[in-house]
Amino acid sequence: MSDQEHHIPDFWKEVVDAETIERCLTRISYEIVEKDRDLQKLALVGIRTGGEFIAQRIHQKIQEIENREVPFGVIDITLYRDDLSDSLEQPTLKGTDLPFSLSGHRIVLVDDVLYTGRTVRAALDAIIDFGRPALVELAVLADRGHRELPIRPDYVGKNLPTHKDDFVRVRLREGGYTDGIYLIQAHDAKKG
Amino acid sequence: MNVDSVRFQHLLGIEGLSREDLIFLLENSQQFVEVSQRDLKKVPALRGKTIINLFLEPSTRTRASFEIAGKRLSADTINISGSGTSVSKGETLLDTARTLQAMNPDILVVRHRSSGAAHFLSQELTRTAVVNAGDGMHEHPTQALLDCLTLCQHFELAPSELKGKNITIVGDIRHSRVARSNIWAHQLLGNKVTLVGPATLVPHEFADEEAFGGGVRICHTLREGVEGADVVMVLRIQLERQSDNFIPTLEEYTRQYCVTPQVLEGAAPGCVVLHPGPANRGIEISSTLYEGTQSLVEKQVTNGVAVRMATLFLLGSRGRKENV
Repeated sequence: MSDQEHHIPDFWKEVVDAETIERCLTRISYEIVEKDRDLQKLALVGIRTGGEFIAQRIHQKIQEIENREVPFGVIDITLYRDDLSDSLEQPTLKGTDLPFSLSGHRIVLVDDVLYTGRTVRAALDAIIDFGRPALVELAVLADRGHRELPIRPDYVGKNLPTHKDDFVRVRLREGGYTDGIYLIQAHDAKKG
Repeated sequence: MNVDSVRFQHLLGIEGLSREDLIFLLENSQQFVEVSQRDLKKVPALRGKTIINLFLEPSTRTRASFEIAGKRLSADTINISGSGTSVSKGETLLDTARTLQAMNPDILVVRHRSSGAAHFLSQELTRTAVVNAGDGMHEHPTQALLDCLTLCQHFELAPSELKGKNITIVGDIRHSRVARSNIWAHQLLGNKVTLVGPATLVPHEFADEEAFGGGVRICHTLREGVEGADVVMVLRIQLERQSDNFIPTLEEYTRQYCVTPQVLEGAAPGCVVLHPGPANRGIEISSTLYEGTQSLVEKQVTNGVAVRMATLFLLGSRGRKENV
């Protein structure tokens, strides 16, 4: 990966730093574990692409806390989106990988940023196509508000007050960055 | 990575695609394999879209494959064949296509005996994406895609890594759209193509610069042609063309060009066999080989659905042309 890709533009304002992200994820992991001591049915599912690495980290932490294997998968929700026809970009699939049966599991769905709720709606549809989970919960690193659907997270890392036209970007070490959540204000976004 | 939306308004052939386009299509196709392995083999991606399969030439697997692909994407698919329709009453292809377009389908999948039929329709129809499912002796792009995808899976290579392989295509190259699409595809990927068959069925023009950039080797002896081959693709001898005197007799063709396990002893270790089907067992390929461990024919059929899902998804999931 080139240095260019690691570069964060100056007008991106860091709103959550690496240390805070780490602490948020640790807290979420404990909350997931504490909510239900019967962890035998727990499984984590990350939403591609933003939720994948967040889910991996939570998954790892939970396995360390509990000292046992927890099923893990990722889903691609491209085929379930409700805005396919509006998009001028050609959609690219990254693929779904669920190496276990969802039926009967307590699924914690994981994404990086919760915004309109449409991605989560699509993910729920996708999940249900794979079986009948006993329970589905939602964990997000950041909730920036402005929901367009009746969807509410069960575990939240940070609540971020934003304007609807702002952009929120999560950059992680798995992508070659220092962990951080950035706010790009609408009037700055035009810069690129 | 997002591909320029204008790039895939239609899929008419492999010729004219860039290497990036081809790899993009193959990578996407690979992701659709998983959908067909689910218990619930259906995703809502093309809900509310209409796909017309206009097959004016006999076809079982391609038509079934496109229909299943459309249905697994939740599109409404209808099939129209030549017999029992207004085509058999003498309606021209263009009139048929315009009539169908007036019903606002999103995608028209066309198979036609005339080379260029799909191109022609893509220019005449302004609101419908056209997929070429085989036009005369010209191209059959989804077949080449499924062949390449099958090879990627078999050799466990990403599409961008499927290069440097020796691909030998045996049979009636002259009349084969499968061969033409595959030659284009393997040239883009960087594989070496050898064509094998009698001179009447493998015209020397195929090796010319004007044809495929001069990168194709021609060989009229089967054993020599398969030497060192990583992949042998056997084409169907089109029995319906037997009256055209391209080969003296079927028996003579079989004696010289039937691909058998013995013939493949000189091929590269781990050589695999492809056949687009339907096969004439005992004529162009021996039954033992067709059903043997070297044969990837069933994988080809399975992958056909994934490739067609990817194609239909890419063409059908965008806004209509006038919005672009």
